Amino acid sequence: MCSYIVEKARLVGTAKGPNSRWMKVDTANVYYDHPYEAQLDHALCVDFVCEADGGRERVAIEISRESALELMDRIKAALASGDASHAKAAACSLAVNKAEVASLF
Amino acid sequence: MAYQGMIAHTVQFRGHKGDIGEAYYAWPNGEGKFPGVVLIHHMPGWDEWITEAVRKLAHHGFATISPHLYFREGPGNPDDVGARVRAAGGVADDQVVGDARGAAAYLRAQPHTNGKVGVIGFCSGGRHAFLIACKTSDFQACVDCWGGNVVVDDPKALNAKRPVAPIDLADKLSVPLLGLFGNDDENPNRDQVNRTEAVLKKLGKNYEFHRYDGAGHTFFNAARTAYRPEQAADGWAKVFAFFHKHLGTTV
Repeated sequence: MCSYIVEKARLVGTAKGPNSRWMKVDTANVYYDHPYEAQLDHALCVDFVCEADGGRERVAIEISRESALELMDRIKAALASGDASHAKAAACSLAVNKAEVASLF
Repeated sequence: MAYQGMIAHTVQFRGHKGDIGEAYYAWPNGEGKFPGVVLIHHMPGWDEWITEAVRKLAHHGFATISPHLYFREGPGNPDDVGARVRAAGGVADDQVVGDARGAAAYLRAQPHTNGKVGVIGFCSGGRHAFLIACKTSDFQACVDCWGGNVVVDDPKALNAKRPVAPIDLADKLSVPLLGLFGNDDENPNRDQVNRTEAVLKKLGKNYEFHRYDGAGHTFFNAARTAYRPEQAADGWAKVFAFFHKHLGTTV
């Protein structure tokens, strides 16, 4: 395909590469094109970079289209289950604390 | 004639606006003066396969130089540098043309070259080669290997870096053109290749196009799953014959 089409996602977080060093990331450059390394005709490629720091380093992935769709589903599922779990924990924690505090006085 | 011996190394060349960058240069280790070729690398960058392609042309008698079109992005692994260039929207056409002219000047300055220079490009470099052949008079032959976006169907693909569709400059093409394409390619697809050929035919240009069944994009590249050995062997043979016809052989 060899297009110049790149989708940019703004991020808050960190990423870690093979050198075991964490780096801040603020951008994901996402494209679906011929990969550099993966033995695939086309791949969904994501370069995690920190543009605020110059964007010279990256953590990169090149995965198949099917892998990308599966990953998207798993990300949504993880967020949904995480949100539900965290909301339950927060409510439970608050109720117990209130009861415990009330019993003391 | 094939040259098993060659000298291959990284050199410095003066590119667009006098900027000094690096290039990969290989030339046959033999007597005489050799025709020159400027090899324009593909979009992923100035990678290992590009250096292999440079040496292949040297093996077949061409003093060949491939300027690192992304050298301004600084040192680093070619894939990382290429990723930065992609994120920045690619390199500007005028800059590429300037770098190619600088690489041609480097070739002509070598005592072992015959003064004739061709240009060949792969992938985005194929488009660049077409463009270079239309915008300069520094070359005597051009090979476009599956260059996408020579025909631009989406006007949004034109921008400050790539302001003109190369096909719209085809009337200025003044050198013979060889085009190699895979029929399974998506960019350029069959229709775009046909439309490019129709323009060249209408303008009476000196060209030859070859289309390969069972091949898609980058079918010369043995490092990729897209490699098609039979089609690649035939394509390379056509490249060597075309360049020898228009650039000469060792004298």
